[in-house]
Amino acid sequence: MTTQSNQLASFDQRDKEWYIDKAIQIIVFMSGISAILFVVGIFAFVTMEGFGFLLKDFSISEFLLSPWWEPTDEDEPTYGILALVAGTASVTGLAMLVAVPFSLGAAIYIGEFASGKKREYLKILIELLAAIPSVVWGFIGLTIMNPLIIAVFDVPVGLNVLNAGIILGLMAAPIMTSIAEDALKAVPDRYREAAEALGATRWQVIYKTVLPAAKNGLLGAVLLGVGRGFGETMAVLMATGHAINIPGSVFDPVRALTATIAAELGETAVGSTHYEALFTIGIFLFLITFIINLTADLIVRGIRKQ
Amino acid sequence: MQLAQPLKIATFAIALCVSSTVSAADRFVIQNKGSDTLVNVAQAWAEHYRDVKPAVAIAVSGGGSGTGIAAMINGTVDIANASRAMKKRELANAKKRGQDPQKLTVGYDALAVFLHKNNPINELSIDQLAQVFGRGGKATKWADLDVKVPGCGSDKIVVVSRQNNSGTYVYFKKAVLKPAAKNGTIAKGKYRQGTLDMHGSKDVVDLVEKTPCAIGYSGMAYANEHVKMVCITTKTGEQCITPSVATASDRSYPIARPLLMYTNGQPQGEIKNYLDWILSEKGQCILKKKGYAPIKNISCS
Repeated sequence: MTTQSNQLASFDQRDKEWYIDKAIQIIVFMSGISAILFVVGIFAFVTMEGFGFLLKDFSISEFLLSPWWEPTDEDEPTYGILALVAGTASVTGLAMLVAVPFSLGAAIYIGEFASGKKREYLKILIELLAAIPSVVWGFIGLTIMNPLIIAVFDVPVGLNVLNAGIILGLMAAPIMTSIAEDALKAVPDRYREAAEALGATRWQVIYKTVLPAAKNGLLGAVLLGVGRGFGETMAVLMATGHAINIPGSVFDPVRALTATIAAELGETAVGSTHYEALFTIGIFLFLITFIINLTADLIVRGIRKQ
Repeated sequence: MQLAQPLKIATFAIALCVSSTVSAADRFVIQNKGSDTLVNVAQAWAEHYRDVKPAVAIAVSGGGSGTGIAAMINGTVDIANASRAMKKRELANAKKRGQDPQKLTVGYDALAVFLHKNNPINELSIDQLAQVFGRGGKATKWADLDVKVPGCGSDKIVVVSRQNNSGTYVYFKKAVLKPAAKNGTIAKGKYRQGTLDMHGSKDVVDLVEKTPCAIGYSGMAYANEHVKMVCITTKTGEQCITPSVATASDRSYPIARPLLMYTNGQPQGEIKNYLDWILSEKGQCILKKKGYAPIKNISCS
């Protein structure tokens, strides 16, 4: 710094505005790093609580490969999460089959076809759909979908992969639609204009030009939906049937990782092996979500480079 | 040292409870914690006992049998409520920490087996239940029990159970599956895989009500007119017993679980007085009013 700028700084009055400015600067900075602090803090807490299990009774092959989750058995407790992982994966997979066509279709309609008032109303309605609490979705699964699935498919029980998959798909669709629509909107209009100038029909413009240009954002939308599926708890607890089971068809009841934690943690003695094992599931879920997000990031970056 | 953190949280929670109750006056406070099945009754007892002995305050909290027993092991409660007996490991843990848990039966809860109202079955034996609920059990279709259930086209038995740390789950396993394990039909006395584990007694009844293929178990107090309660026989061919307060009290109903209170060592002083009052006719009538069975048949006005 030169002497001149130092002089200028001394002229700079530290009045009220200056302090407000500084204070806001600090607040914004704190908010900025708070997200990191919270994530690190939560990960540290979950790891600490689950760590005792990792040191004592943990066997990685049993944990990942055994379908028996029997943490309270008196003689030989087993801590296998294979069936729970299969449950979460099957429900999330089916949910994506339901949600991807729905949300992409909705996003294309809102982004490319609807205009004016119609577009605004649709956007508000979709955001309203996202505001329905997950326990309400679970309740719909329990009281409406369950008898309906039994009646339509003549299966023994309506709380199963199909039920939870549809519920979860409907839950994830609004967010996916919003993100996908943003991605479509981000495609510059000159792309469309250029395609139209070449004589492309409206469908050709969307299919050949807009969708390929927006594919990063669309992939982001889908992966966000997958993350939602893995993390959702209440609705899957109520709609899956909560049965430890490796599903053979969509009509089999299953149990999700998150639902297991939710159902068992409340009545487990703090510090017991069962308690620590539940936190180890928490660590596992944390890692899975991290990997999904990282892959999404890498794929999106990879596409961008080409 | 892994225990340090949870212990800190536990003691902090207890300290909160203590500070909030003691501050009222320098009364004698009995800490009472545990089973969610018993928590309503325990609260009713605590409230009525205030009239009997105003100088004694009872601080009741729930959290589950496991939580109450853990608090007993850590020495932070005077009385732990439990809807199941302490496990071997828990007893060993308590001994290690110098505690001497003493069990007291304060009532019974009859576990009813529920069926959809269209199900033609009226009675089942303990062994048949084990074949339905147990791992490796032979009954997977209703035809295996020689019935055809209307509305259950697939004929598959949908087995409804509870989450694995519920006292109800543990008791049913011990009373129904363990005996069958001895004659070798049920592997290790465990539940079969793929049972629908409901989170709460009421959820079991609700699901059975809506599912023609289902069978489930729960406390008798949760029954309603839309489901059927099965009459239970100890051995096939014997007279079956319907679950009721009377059959649970006289111990003729085979799957009635004792509701327990654990103290550290033989109860003394105010704690003994309180437990004696619970076992008296007055205390037992409060329990009966809440839908559970007293330790002996009594007539309450």
